[in-house]
Amino acid sequence: MTAILCRNLVKRYDSKPPVDAVRGLDLHVERGQCFGLLGPNGAGKTTTIEILEGLLPATSGEVQILGLRWGEHDDQIKQQIGISLQETKLSEKLTVLETATLFRSLYRQGITPEQAIAHVSLQEKANSRVGKLSGGQKQRLAVACAIVGDPQLLFLDEPTTGLDPASRRQLWDIIRGFRQQGRTVLLTTHYMDEAEKLCDQVAIVDHGKVIALGTPQQLIASLGAEMMIEIDFAPPHTPHSTVVDQLRATPGVSEVKLVGQQLGLSVSNLHLVLPTALAQLERANCPLTGLRTHQASLEDVFVKLAGRHLSEESSEDV
Amino acid sequence: MTQRETSPEKSSPGVDAPRSYSPMWQLVRARLTEFWREPEAVFWVCGFPIVMVLALGIAFRNQPVESVAVDIVENGTASAWANEQLTKNERFDAEVQSTEASATRLRTGKTDLVVTVTGIEGKREFQFAFDPTRPESVLARNAVNDQLQRAAGRQDVAQSKDVELTEPGGRYIDFLVPGLLGMGLMGGGLWGVGFVTVDMRIRKLLKRFLATPMKKSQFLAGIMISRLIFMIPEVLILLIFSRYVFDVRIHGSLLDLVLLIILGAGTFSGLGLLVASRANTLEAVNGLMNLVMLPMWMLSGIFFSSERFPDAVQPFIKALPLTALIDMLRSIMLEGTSLMQHLPQIGILIAWGLTTFFLALRWFRWS
Repeated sequence: MTAILCRNLVKRYDSKPPVDAVRGLDLHVERGQCFGLLGPNGAGKTTTIEILEGLLPATSGEVQILGLRWGEHDDQIKQQIGISLQETKLSEKLTVLETATLFRSLYRQGITPEQAIAHVSLQEKANSRVGKLSGGQKQRLAVACAIVGDPQLLFLDEPTTGLDPASRRQLWDIIRGFRQQGRTVLLTTHYMDEAEKLCDQVAIVDHGKVIALGTPQQLIASLGAEMMIEIDFAPPHTPHSTVVDQLRATPGVSEVKLVGQQLGLSVSNLHLVLPTALAQLERANCPLTGLRTHQASLEDVFVKLAGRHLSEESSEDV
Repeated sequence: MTQRETSPEKSSPGVDAPRSYSPMWQLVRARLTEFWREPEAVFWVCGFPIVMVLALGIAFRNQPVESVAVDIVENGTASAWANEQLTKNERFDAEVQSTEASATRLRTGKTDLVVTVTGIEGKREFQFAFDPTRPESVLARNAVNDQLQRAAGRQDVAQSKDVELTEPGGRYIDFLVPGLLGMGLMGGGLWGVGFVTVDMRIRKLLKRFLATPMKKSQFLAGIMISRLIFMIPEVLILLIFSRYVFDVRIHGSLLDLVLLIILGAGTFSGLGLLVASRANTLEAVNGLMNLVMLPMWMLSGIFFSSERFPDAVQPFIKALPLTALIDMLRSIMLEGTSLMQHLPQIGILIAWGLTTFFLALRWFRWS
């Protein structure tokens, strides 16, 4: 069954000049999936998720949530979804339990506020004021408020941005637990490791469009290589295009990209390719200033498709 | 208040049993809890009216005998005689001064009147120098003239007798308390509703609530009801304090007063909602609130009667909600009139309340 269906979604902000935040985006999320929208800041992820949540009107395109449409069955949809916005500051003077109770009261059915708090392991903080919580605890409370209405579908916008590694792992466990109950999660992130470890399906978004879609494994496999080599040079010893072509022709190398002073190679059989490549560079008189190898990741998929890193802002600010 | 529909057959194990969760009351409860945990807010609501009444009540307390400051121009035995006659009566605060000194003292307001006495016993002449636009100088002139004329031998032809009347109800503090009450209802309505709403918008809490099945009307009603509840201690403290410290009594019906206070609080929370309907910074809402409140602070007769403004602007002043509210509060508290005698003013308040509420509902921005 389909949890989210989104066809040719377009969002244009009528500013001067008009900004196209989303330009024909398609999504298909099955029930029971954890689906990730991965992309750099400004790619249109938040605009997309807020349209799906019913908080923003789309300029054009079709959206169905759990088979229902915004504008026709708003209450039915809202009763069945839970959301966590990118930055909501819950009232600092209320306690954790009071906050969860307030959100529980807004839904017709749901779990008890105590259960919601237990799901995110905040029992010990139930009577603490929100203002006294750490960033990770606040984010867990935001998730508790999202699940207290017992939703079928959970929207999380950048749930772990700005959190320490331990808090991030804690949140991942909570999201996994929710998905294991057969429910659906749609999350946005600009952390490739988060998408890789958490999501069944990942859509890589850039400039308001899906540029790649698949399981994290499929996406990485599409690189045709399992290892990445990054080599740094000091100017003026950057390799010539003839050297780059030479490297590209080496068996086991599937892709070579020269970005600034950095050479990136996508390879299989690292143990065979690396000595050959180094020998070629030495012959071309290009001394190295740095060398790294790592397992291919979604980050590399993004770099291959978008020509830049995930941490770099999109050219359009949205 | 709408109770949620409960359908027991739908609830499965692990699902919350139908507890009574009313969204509106939960919102009201949350607002009240937040409020009581904010010591500054509690002070502004409860302490501020007391400080205000106390300070103004003391500053403008009615002095039983107003003393008359009078300078006598130094003129040998004549001035000494006048000084002797005036100091007999403790109402006069007389001083013998040189011509120049007394002129300066008159100009700078240190004395109300300068009297020059000439002639000898049996043939006295008095000359009074004063500013006729200063009411206290005019009073002083008459009082000093009377005293000196009698001392010089004037016989009153008719007997006169004074009955002193300073009863509660006619003092400045009695005038002031209804004004402060109205001011409190305006400030509380605008701040309590406007500021809180904009603050929630900035924190994206409004947007977060919008993503839940909460009804917008429940939210707005919750905010307004919490405001009405905060008003109870504010009003009670002010009325009880001024009753026991300054003996300010309510002459009209208490029920009418309560109804009027609720109406006033409702009107100003509507105005607060309108002010807050689109602003998305605290600076913006601050400016808007001052824009709304300042004219009423000045014109609506909180500290002095609005009748003092020229006739040409009276229709405008009368149409302001705070003028209507304060006029009615004063009339009910001081004159003991009933609410039904003030239908036009009630109309003004209701019109302001409804118009602002519906405009706010229309323009309200959730994110």
